[in-house]
Amino acid sequence: MRASGENLFEPISAIVGGANTSVEAAATRNYAIGGQRPAVVAWPATADETREILRLCVKQRLAVVVAGAGTKLGMGGPPSHYDLALVSTRMNQILEHDPGDLTLSVGGGARLTDISKCLKAHHQFLPLSVPYESLATAGGTVSSGIDSPLRQGYGTVRDFLLGAEFVTGSSHRVKSGSSVVKSVAGYDLHKLLVGSLGTLGVISRLNFKTFPLPEVRRSILATFGEASAAIGFAQCIAHSPLAATSLESLNATLVDLLRRGAPRSASPLPVPQLSGRASEWQVAVGFGGSEAVFRRFRNDAEGMAREWGATDSLLLDDEATAGVWERLVEAVPLLLDSSPAATLVHAGVLPSQLSTACAAAESSAKRHQLPVALLARAVGAIYIAFLPDALNPETILRLAQAVDETAEAILAMQGHWSLPWCPEDLRKRTRLRGDERPDLGLMGKVKQVFDPENILSPGRFAGGL
Amino acid sequence: MATRNISGEAIKELAQIVGSAHLLTESLEVSLYEYDGSVETGRPDLVVFPGSKHEVAALARWSNRHRVPVVGRGAGTGLSGGALAREGGVQVVFSRMNKILEIDVENRLAVVEPGVVNLDLSRAVASAGLHYAPDPSSQKACTIGGNVAENAGGPHTLRYGVTANHVQALEIVLPDGEMVRIGGGAVDPPGYDLVGLFVGSEGTLGLVVEITVKLTPLPESVKTLLAVFETADDATETVATLTAAGVTPAACEMLDGWTIRVVESSIQAGLPTDAGALLLIEVDGMREAAEEQAQAVIDLCRKNRAREVRTAQSERERETLWKARKNAFGAVGRVAPDCYVQDGVIPRTRLPEALRRIGEIGRRHGFDVGNIFHAGDGNLHPMLCFDHRKADEFARAMAAADEIIALCIEMGGSITGEHGVGMEKDRLMPLLFSQADLALMKGVRDAFNPLGLLNPGKIFPGGKGCGEIRIPAASATEGKRGTARVDEAGGSGPSGADGALRDRQA
Ligand SMILES: Cc1cc2nc3c(=O)[nH]c(=O)nc-3n(C[C@H](O)[C@H](O)[C@H](O)COP(=O)(O)OP(=O)(O)OC[C@H]3O[C@@H](n4cnc5c(N)ncnc54)[C@H](O)[C@@H]3O)c2cc1C
Repeated sequence: MRASGENLFEPISAIVGGANTSVEAAATRNYAIGGQRPAVVAWPATADETREILRLCVKQRLAVVVAGAGTKLGMGGPPSHYDLALVSTRMNQILEHDPGDLTLSVGGGARLTDISKCLKAHHQFLPLSVPYESLATAGGTVSSGIDSPLRQGYGTVRDFLLGAEFVTGSSHRVKSGSSVVKSVAGYDLHKLLVGSLGTLGVISRLNFKTFPLPEVRRSILATFGEASAAIGFAQCIAHSPLAATSLESLNATLVDLLRRGAPRSASPLPVPQLSGRASEWQVAVGFGGSEAVFRRFRNDAEGMAREWGATDSLLLDDEATAGVWERLVEAVPLLLDSSPAATLVHAGVLPSQLSTACAAAESSAKRHQLPVALLARAVGAIYIAFLPDALNPETILRLAQAVDETAEAILAMQGHWSLPWCPEDLRKRTRLRGDERPDLGLMGKVKQVFDPENILSPGRFAGGL
Repeated sequence: MATRNISGEAIKELAQIVGSAHLLTESLEVSLYEYDGSVETGRPDLVVFPGSKHEVAALARWSNRHRVPVVGRGAGTGLSGGALAREGGVQVVFSRMNKILEIDVENRLAVVEPGVVNLDLSRAVASAGLHYAPDPSSQKACTIGGNVAENAGGPHTLRYGVTANHVQALEIVLPDGEMVRIGGGAVDPPGYDLVGLFVGSEGTLGLVVEITVKLTPLPESVKTLLAVFETADDATETVATLTAAGVTPAACEMLDGWTIRVVESSIQAGLPTDAGALLLIEVDGMREAAEEQAQAVIDLCRKNRAREVRTAQSERERETLWKARKNAFGAVGRVAPDCYVQDGVIPRTRLPEALRRIGEIGRRHGFDVGNIFHAGDGNLHPMLCFDHRKADEFARAMAAADEIIALCIEMGGSITGEHGVGMEKDRLMPLLFSQADLALMKGVRDAFNPLGLLNPGKIFPGGKGCGEIRIPAASATEGKRGTARVDEAGGSGPSGADGALRDRQA
C-alpha cells in the first residue's frame, strides 16, 4: 500500500523538523519523476538525520528518491514506487579546503557554484562543468555520473573523487577512500556511487582533488564540411602533444541551437561566426595554460585544421570563449528545452568509431524524419538528441525506431549506450534498454549489499535495479 | 601425494587442469613462494602456473569444489603480503599468462594478460609514441595483474594518475569459475563502476585474466631536474610550496641524506653524498609548457634554498637519475639484512613536520630511518632497516612503524598510498574505518567471494574481529583535523589507535 503524506509528516518531521518536511503539492511536484510524485519531501541537515529517515523507510518499506537541486532527476527510469524525496540541499557545507594540498571536502548537497567560489579565491577549481551548473549539487553531479566538456583534459569525476561518506539503504553511515590525494586502504566503494543515480546510498560528504586554475582559457572554433573531417581533426589534436582541455565536435543542428539559444533560454550567443549551415560541423577546441604556450597551441591547431580541410577557423576572445563554453556545458538543458519530445541517447564508442556512430545516428534520424543534434567528445562519448517538434504517439513510435536502430549500430561496434533523458512513454516502447551487459548480475549483487531492502530509487537504474 | 589440506585425488585433478609440468608439489619448490617483497610469510600447499583464462576458470571451480583457498600471484614484488597464501591452499602464479593480446594504437588501448610485466608493455608500444603511464619503481618486474590488484602508483602518478585511472575493462574469473567482463574498451559503460571497485581490491574479489588499459602518448618534451638541498626541511618545504603554487610536475621524488649515501655507494649516479636531501623532479608535456614549468620549479627550489638545481643534459643522464631512484630499495638491501618500507600518506602541507617527526620516532627506537618517496603525492616511504636475527630488532622496528602510521592518521592521511593492506596492515584498518565501513566492504567481498576461498585473511582485521579492537577518534574522510567520531556500535575507545597497535605487539 502506498504511504500517505499525512501519515508520514509526523515521523519525518520528528527527525528533521516541521519546517524541513513537506507534504504540500507545491513541494512534492518539484520532485516528480515520470508523473510520479512522492508523498512527502524531507530536507535532512546531517548524515545522522539521513540515517534516521532511512531507518524509518526500511521499517515501513518506503521508497526513497534522493535529490540534490533536482536538475537531473529526469535521468534514468521512473521509480517502481515512490514515497519520499530526500533532498540533500541542507547538507551544503564546504567542510574543508586545504588549498596547499589541493584537496576539498564538501557536503553532498553543496552547490557547484559555492564550491567554485571558494576554490576560485585560491586560484583553484573542480573540473565539474556539468549541465545546470548554476544549480547543481556535488552529490547530484556524482550520482548522475554526467561528464563535462573538460573531460578531455581532466577526466571524469571518478578520476578526482578521493573518498566519500554516505548512508546506505540499510541506514548505515559509511565511508570509503580518504581525503588525501592517494590511498589504497580498503575497497573504493565511493567509485560505485558515480553514476549510481542514488540507488546505493545518500551522499553526505565528498572528498575531491582540486586543480590549479589555468592562467588563461582560450578556444578555437573550426568549421568543416562534414563529420568525418571534423572528428578526424579532433582526433588529430587528441593524438598530438597539444593537451587540449576540451575537444567537442558539433553538428549543424546543435551549432544552430547553441547560437540561437532555445526558445525559453537567454539571448543569442555573441558569436556570429558559429555558422550553423546545414551539413557543416564545428569543432570547439579548449585550451588552458599560459599565453606563451597558447601561441604554439594556436599555431599548431590552426595548421591541423587547414590540413583537415577546415573552411574556417576562429580564435575566440575571452568573452566569446566564456559564452561558447557556457552554452556547451548547458547543451543538455538547451536540447531538452528545444523539443517537446527531446530524446537524448548517450553513447560511448571507441574514438576510431566516432564518425561511424555519428553517421549511423544521422541516417537513422533521417529515415524517421527526426531532427538530430550531435555532440561528440574526442574521448568517444556522444550525445545524440532526437528533437521532434511534437509529442504524440506517432512521434514516440518514430523515436523508438530511431533509438533502437542507433543503439543497435552502437552495440555492433562494441559501444555502450543509455537513454538518460526521453519522454516517459518512450522508455516502454524501445526494444533495447541500454543494459545489454554481461555484468548486470554483479551489479545486482552490489545493489543487494548496499540496499538490501531495495528502498533507494527502486527500478530507476540500469537493468531495473 | 596429498598435502596437509588437499587430498591426493584433488591434486591429480589439478594436474589435469594445468598439466603436471605446471604444478609444484615438492616442499622445497613450494617454499620459494612463501615470500613476497614484504616482511611477511605465508606458505601455500601447492603452486600452479595456468596457461590460459580457461585454465584459471577451471582452477576456480576446482577450488570451489574442494573448498581449498586460491591466491593469485604476479611477480611477488608486493610490499604488504598480498600474494602470500596466508591460510595455505593453492598459489596461482600468472607468469605464463604474459602475452600482450592487442595493441590498438588508434584508440590508444592495449589488451594484456595479467602476467605481462609493466615495463614490457611500455617497451612494446614505444615505437608508436605511446607508453603505459603507471610506473611503479618495481616496473621492471611487477605485473599488470599485480598492479591492478594493488592499484599501483609510481613516480609519475603525480601527473598521470594511478592504475585505476588507466584501466578501462577487465575480464575476471569469480571464485565459482564464472568468467565476466566488466567495464568496456569504449568510455561510459552504463551501470555501476565495477572496474573502479575491482582495481585495488587486492585479489579478494576475483582473479583477473585479461586487462584493457589506456595507453598514453609519450610527452613531446621531458626535463629532469635534480635539486640539491642542505636539509630535508628545505626539500619538503619546496614540495609544499610547489603544490600550493599549482605547479604539478610529472614526478616529484625525494631522497633524504641517508638514502642518498646508500644509493650512491651502490649505483654511482653522481649524487652529492654530502647533501641533506634531493628532489628528483620531472616536468613534461608540450615543449613550451615543460620549459615554463621547469623554470617555475627551478625558481621555487632556489627560493627554498636549494644549493644547486641540475638539469639532466642527456637521455643517459636522465636514465641514470631514475635508475638511482628506482633501484634504491635494492641498494638498501646491501646495507641491512631487512628493510621494512612503509607507505603512509599525509597532506602535502604537513610534509616538513611529518619527516621531522618520523626522524624522531626512528631515533627513539634506535633506528636510522631512510626516506625515498613520492613526495609530490605526500606518499611517504620511510624505510626501517633492521636485522631480524637480532633479538628485539624486529619488534622495535614494528613499534616504530606503528608510531609512524599513527602519525599519518593523526595528520588526516592514509595507512597506505599504493602498497595495499594485504596481511600487513589488516589490523590497522579499524584506525581508518568504522565497523560499519568495514562491514559494508566485507559485504561486497562476500557477494563476490562468498566462501572466502579467494585470497583469505587479507584486508580485513581477522582473528579477534574488529569488534575487539578499539576504534580511534579520527577517521579518514572526516577531516584532516579529525573530529571525534563514534562508530556504529558506539565503541569509541579513548585511545583506539593504541588499542589496535598494542594488538600487534602483543
Ligand atoms: C623495489 C620495489 C619498488 C616498488 N615500488 C612501487 C611503487 O613505486 N608503486 C607501487 O604502487 N608499488 C611499488 N612496489 C610494490 C609492488 O611492486 C606493487 O604492489 C605491484 O603492483 C605488485 O605487482 P606483482 O606483480 O609483484 O604482484 P604480487 O606481489 O605478486 O601480488 C600483489 C597482489 O596482486 C594479487 N594478484 C596478482 N595477480 C593477480 C591476478 N591476476 N588476479 C587477481 N589478483 C592478482 C595478489 O593476490 C596480491 O594480492 C614496489 C615493490 C618493490 C619490491
